[in-house]
Amino acid sequence: MRTPNSRRVSEESVIPTGTWGSAATRTLPVMFGYLPLGAAFGILAIEIGVPWWGALLMSLLIYAGAGQFLAVALMAAGAGLLEVAVATLMLNSRHVFYGLSLLKRFQGAGKGKPYLIFALTDETYSLLTSQPAEERHDHSMALRISALNHLWWILGSLGGAMLSTAIDFDSRGIEFALTALFIVLTLEQARRLRQGLPFIIALFAGFGALLLVPDQHMLLAAIGATCLILLLHYRWSKSDARGSSV
Amino acid sequence: MSHLELISYIVVCALATFATRVVPFAALGKQAEHPLVLHLGRYLPPAVMLVLVIYALREFRPLEGGQLNVAANGLPMLLAALVVTILHVWRRNALLSIVIGTGCYMLMVQLGWSQG
Repeated sequence: MRTPNSRRVSEESVIPTGTWGSAATRTLPVMFGYLPLGAAFGILAIEIGVPWWGALLMSLLIYAGAGQFLAVALMAAGAGLLEVAVATLMLNSRHVFYGLSLLKRFQGAGKGKPYLIFALTDETYSLLTSQPAEERHDHSMALRISALNHLWWILGSLGGAMLSTAIDFDSRGIEFALTALFIVLTLEQARRLRQGLPFIIALFAGFGALLLVPDQHMLLAAIGATCLILLLHYRWSKSDARGSSV
Repeated sequence: MSHLELISYIVVCALATFATRVVPFAALGKQAEHPLVLHLGRYLPPAVMLVLVIYALREFRPLEGGQLNVAANGLPMLLAALVVTILHVWRRNALLSIVIGTGCYMLMVQLGWSQG
């Protein structure tokens, strides 16, 4: 079917696709973060009176760190279904912006696409957008990374729920692995992009939101502002190009 | 809370969370080649990454309340972040930077530096 002209493209897609092993290596930092955070969630859920299978079901079906903590907190406070739905929508609305930048990327992901969308946490988004360029069209690798992150989260919360009293390992501070992951990925993105623009915008939006917005809305405000500034920058650079070409 | 109540609670949370993730794909799936979407695809991820770093380090608030730092884990957090940054710029080994940085942080927090 392929003409000689398409050989270059076909060779690219023949590059050995990642295995579970290399995907697991990629998700290790997330594992260090998700196991203890998931365990913390599991312990909290049990304390509030959620049965172990409820905690498991939440990690399986909701799969949102802060969202699940909020859910059990609202449950303990006796909040209604509408309240919890609105609160969850508000808390997770930053994910809208993640999808915006992955529209093209997830095209052609086929049957796995709904799962890729479902499993799009902050950490998975970070790993997927940091994949090397030649791996970007390898949706099976993206699926493996997403599934493994999901698995770490499920195992963590299950462990926390089942063994909440038995754990005696002093793991205080281990959740810093996620912060470290974000730092490393920022450095990698900077190295690849070699442009200051998004980082200047992020500093501006991040510190602006830190100063002006209450803590529980800071992340959404910062990411929303970042997206808005990028939008303005797009319009501005477009009209600028048009102006100079006249 | 009955089992049925618990399950409906979980289903509502799951649907609300999925909704936030699926909205752009459902609403703009056909616009994937639009230059604005490509623009966002290029610049949003690196910007979000730095925002996540700022968010993760927000406990460190120098000069807040007129003190050098009032947040309990602020200073260890910043020091560990520096370790990660320097190590990563130097060796460019993601796992090494993350493991050593996290180890430093755990050590500082568990040895009680956070109270200082």
